Amino acid sequence: MRPTLVNNLRVLVPVKRTIDYAVKIRVASDGKGVDTNVKHAMNPFDEIAVEEAVRLREKHKDAITKITAVSAGPAKTADVLRTALAMGADDAIHVEIPDNSLGGPLEPLGVSKILKAVIDKENEKEEIGLIIMGKQAIDDDASQTGQMLAAILDWPQATFASKMEFKGKLEKGEKVQVTREVDGGLAVVETSLPFVLTTDLRLNEPRYASLPNIMKAKKKPFQKLTLKDLGLEDAAKPRLETIKVQEPPKREGGAKVESVDELVSKLKEAGRI
Amino acid sequence: AASSLAVKRTALTGQRGFASEAAAAGLGPSFKLSEDQEAYQELARRFTAENIIPAARHHDETMEYPWKIIKDAHAAGLVNTHIPEEYGGAGLSLLEGALVTEELAYGCSGIQTAIEANGLAEAPLLVAGSHELKQKYLGRMTEEPLVASYCVTEPGAGSDVANITTKAEKKGDKWILNGTKMWITNGGHANWFFVLAKTDPTQKANKSMTGFIVDGDSAGIIRGRKEINMGQRCSDTRMITFENVEVPEENVIGKPGDGFKIAMGAFDITRPLIAAGATGVASRALSEAATYAHERKTMGRPIIQHQAIAFTLADMAVRVEASRNLTWRAAATKDAGERNSYFASVAKVFASNSAVRNADEGLSILGGAGYNTEYPLEKLYRDSKIFEIYEGPTQIQKLIISRFIEQRFKP
Repeated sequence: MRPTLVNNLRVLVPVKRTIDYAVKIRVASDGKGVDTNVKHAMNPFDEIAVEEAVRLREKHKDAITKITAVSAGPAKTADVLRTALAMGADDAIHVEIPDNSLGGPLEPLGVSKILKAVIDKENEKEEIGLIIMGKQAIDDDASQTGQMLAAILDWPQATFASKMEFKGKLEKGEKVQVTREVDGGLAVVETSLPFVLTTDLRLNEPRYASLPNIMKAKKKPFQKLTLKDLGLEDAAKPRLETIKVQEPPKREGGAKVESVDELVSKLKEAGRI
Repeated sequence: AASSLAVKRTALTGQRGFASEAAAAGLGPSFKLSEDQEAYQELARRFTAENIIPAARHHDETMEYPWKIIKDAHAAGLVNTHIPEEYGGAGLSLLEGALVTEELAYGCSGIQTAIEANGLAEAPLLVAGSHELKQKYLGRMTEEPLVASYCVTEPGAGSDVANITTKAEKKGDKWILNGTKMWITNGGHANWFFVLAKTDPTQKANKSMTGFIVDGDSAGIIRGRKEINMGQRCSDTRMITFENVEVPEENVIGKPGDGFKIAMGAFDITRPLIAAGATGVASRALSEAATYAHERKTMGRPIIQHQAIAFTLADMAVRVEASRNLTWRAAATKDAGERNSYFASVAKVFASNSAVRNADEGLSILGGAGYNTEYPLEKLYRDSKIFEIYEGPTQIQKLIISRFIEQRFKP
């Protein structure tokens, strides 16, 4: 492993291909999952992560040597990596996992192991000093991967971030303040590089991948790996078994009331007030 | 490989931008977009949802020119998409341009027209401009968010381009322009104009006219007041008068006398884009009407469950799909380097009619709400009509199509 030089920070941004948030999800006919033959896009929290990495570089010009986007999944996962490249990432790593090859969905623990293996591999070339990722994926809603990855790496974690501020230079050991969204309001924590940041909705507003940048993205380095390359054929297998996926119970149709009095009396009737 | 009706090859455009790699490899028709094309479409769709749809009503009511949106669209790379990379543009194919245009028009065809008018003004340069002229006038469009205009129509001559009366006379190393142009999109804001003028009235149409690039700040250009039209109200439309305007010799596009051919050649590029805009309007009318038909109940059920409404929506969907496919056909034919005039006219006739009919039928589905300005249909109804008029009205398109048929079936 090469030591991190001063002003030589490489940022890793894991991104996930999920069903587009605007798509109305339907349960698949086999009852084992949802219909995935629909439009997919980058997980919205991951867009915020890419944006944060790009903004960090815009602010601390020379401090970041490279922003690397990484994703694991079937061939089509390449789409979201290209989006990340078009938004400003410098290179991409796709850990290709053919559809249905794991016997179940890739779980957060599997993903964090894959990310750890990718980091170990990449560290041989250039050390990764910061990981920025979404707080959760809108498909499995787990909100676990960032925390698990921090645990495996034994790095600090700053989750649900709405603000990140480097006090001094962008380098190992320098203090960074992260404002986190917690139940009652905001909490400010202090840590130092390297650490794992997970992004909340209010961290930033992601930019468009502009048309010229979409065209340029094609020419950026794109590395393909397999689970075999990472020695993780078994480690990435799911540990949980999905027995059934079903629609939420249908809500009964409501009724419109004519006046406030009627509303109050109906609520009383129903024992709500 | 193309239809027997339009196989004559021209060398006006390159060979880029097939609908898919399969088609490029000569494996036959494909309706699958490439990964990049999907990304352009997605960018335009997102830009429209976030920037155009929320502002469209304001711009329609106030008729305020959408400068901010044009600037933002320029920054996102959605303006001047077909300017070649050599001149700083994205160099998108016509098909790719059509994908972007449809999405923008879905948001507001007034704003889309303001953006599209650049493409129209630039088209004659792409058809026949010299390298220096392209570098100067296309180059600046990619550097800054500027707009340009295409000046052909006059108060007394629109469809009958051959009868324009604006004159250009050679004096030394300059041309002197005199005349009046009408209904000029972006006229009030244009940085430069493409102007078609009579240079030798004794000749037949195809040799009597010349195309010029005229700088917007030239002395003698009088920009009229903004015309107030029923639809696309934020698009800027004006009368432009040229009074002894001096144009340097190097601003002649192509050869003197070739203006008519150049102006007509530009339509092979721009007509598929008009069809794409109309498809966007037709598609918006469908989605607004279908959404409303799910919400609105009469006689105890959502109106989408009444067969009369369901069938109307089915008709509207058929028009959207057919318009889009005709548009892609016209664009892909041009991208393949083949003459597309026939397909471009077919697409424009059908798509513009689809926009008008879908706006009309969509409005009817919304009933009283459709007639009200708080709902989007009445704007679509007003905006749609221009598609049957500008860039060659439906009657002229039919004339073009009929001439191809006449040729094709000559015994």
